[in-house]
Amino acid sequence: MAPSRPHLPGISFVLADRGGLVLLAVLAASAVLVPALNMLVSPESAMHVPTYMVSLLGKYLTFALLALSVDLIWGYCGILSLGHGAFFALGGYAMGMHMMRQIGERSVYGNPLLPDFMVFLNWKELPWYWHGFDSFAFAAVMVVAVPGVLAFVFGWFAFRSRVTGVYLSIITQAMTFALMLAFFRNDMGFGGNNGLTDFKDLLGFNLQSDGMRASLFAASALALALSYAACRFIVSSRLGRVLVAVRDAESRTRFLGYRVENYKLFVFVVSAMLAGVAGALYVPQVGIINPSEFTPANSIEIVIWVAVGGRGRLYGAVLGAILINYAKSYFTGALPEIWLFILGGMFIATTLFLPRGIVGSIPALIFPKWKPRLTGAAE
Amino acid sequence: MNAVHAKPETHDTILYLDGVSVSFDGFKALNNLSFYVMAGELRAIIGPNGAGKTTMMDVVTGKTRPDTGKVFFDGDIDLTKLGEARIANLGIGRKFQKPTVFENQTVAENLELALKGKRRVFENLFFRLSAPQQDRIDEVLNIINLADGRANQAGSLSHGQKQWLEIGMLLMQDPELLLVDEPAAGMTDAETEQTAALLKEIAKSHSVVVVEHDMEFVRALDCRVTVLHEGTMLAEGSLDLVQNDPKVIEVYLGR
Repeated sequence: MAPSRPHLPGISFVLADRGGLVLLAVLAASAVLVPALNMLVSPESAMHVPTYMVSLLGKYLTFALLALSVDLIWGYCGILSLGHGAFFALGGYAMGMHMMRQIGERSVYGNPLLPDFMVFLNWKELPWYWHGFDSFAFAAVMVVAVPGVLAFVFGWFAFRSRVTGVYLSIITQAMTFALMLAFFRNDMGFGGNNGLTDFKDLLGFNLQSDGMRASLFAASALALALSYAACRFIVSSRLGRVLVAVRDAESRTRFLGYRVENYKLFVFVVSAMLAGVAGALYVPQVGIINPSEFTPANSIEIVIWVAVGGRGRLYGAVLGAILINYAKSYFTGALPEIWLFILGGMFIATTLFLPRGIVGSIPALIFPKWKPRLTGAAE
Repeated sequence: MNAVHAKPETHDTILYLDGVSVSFDGFKALNNLSFYVMAGELRAIIGPNGAGKTTMMDVVTGKTRPDTGKVFFDGDIDLTKLGEARIANLGIGRKFQKPTVFENQTVAENLELALKGKRRVFENLFFRLSAPQQDRIDEVLNIINLADGRANQAGSLSHGQKQWLEIGMLLMQDPELLLVDEPAAGMTDAETEQTAALLKEIAKSHSVVVVEHDMEFVRALDCRVTVLHEGTMLAEGSLDLVQNDPKVIEVYLGR
């Protein structure tokens, strides 16, 4: 008898996913083309991609990775985090601290050890938690470790206490809000209101150079592609089917003998780490990280990207993040006063007319006979 | 009939409730309830609405903590201190009154999720069905008459098919004790008959406790019956015996 789900060896989990294959192909092509069109084509040519555009696209890719991390927990496990911006910001701060340490004597005050804001505050020595960040490897570990540990501690208490639904969403909001207030304080030692900025270089390369910008773009595309494959692997495994079971009938899953809180904790920590990586790639491309990244509204916006793109499909989140951020760049330039109305309008229109988001609804409208396999998809 | 409150020889009981009371906001859902089920037994539990049947199942499966009393599984394991997942893994499976299957997954995937063993997070990240496990899924699909619908979304099944899928999930769990809450609800007569036959078949190799309203169904099960009323045990014995019990007639017809 033919099994319902053929278990091909190796990479079948990628091959079975058409939308994901398209996404990976587009990412691979743009990781090559965008830098090439920027650096190899003369600026006069119509094909030239200006450097600012490379960084803008790179920023979209980091947002796409952030959206992917939210879809992993919301789309597949029903955990609606309204505080994921916090993990993104923490990853960003970890990278920012490394780049601050790299400035060294080139800072305004010229102190080889202390960043400018510490000299300005009259601090005499580096706080203990700034040690180690002169090493890129240490900072890279912290980029995933800090969001991961916070998510573990937060999730340990929340999931064990069976906090679910809207109550969980509210405490994630409280978490990011509390972090925002903390990071605004100068005493915290993260540059207060102004955050961390004036970065000079990363791994010895000038951050303003075209080559570095192109590399950061390619690194963002690569990180997104790898994270996508990792998330696809998770949701295609039996673990992924347990997550969907938890999403759809949590107590039933418990009566089958699964420790639901452990499954939620695992996926929440993975998601927070991915968000941290996104933040770490975002900061060098925009040149600044400050406490406004912790704003609760930012985290809500991420959820809108995922909802508009179509949750429970992974590539829908990527599409939603890129489309909405492109629209944001356009409208905040062309018609800045109406952008928030457009964002709100898109969210309401999606909820009313495309409840499965763009990738969940549009293909069905165009090809009425085409029925996508909806195993993981949120209804 | 035995004196039911006497403590039985514990090594022969699969389930033993001893003086269990549960109250919700002052309402006594279970009131000093005691009864026991022998290993390998098929037992029907009947009673009017609000008699405490579902609450009794909630207590046994760890969903509700009793205010007082003990619940012993398999002789001497006290269930009142354990969580739902732990109790399920000890070997108690439950079918809910309202069929609860994973609607967005296929019939076969529902069975696979219920498959005995492998409940930890990381072992499931790399889990592959072995050939015997695949065979077992096929076997259960045949038992529950869903072999043709194996690749269908569980959400698209009829009510009766969902009931059967849930029974199939219980078989995949292969528990020592099955708690089955109103398996015939919403079924046609033919389906009800088949369900009774299926449960009797399962009872040959498992202990089964069935909660049911439908007297015809209980008669078809042909087993010892426990009657609950207002959270306590009213009568116990064969169906004919309890149906002629004046207390039972009073409760069922007297109001």
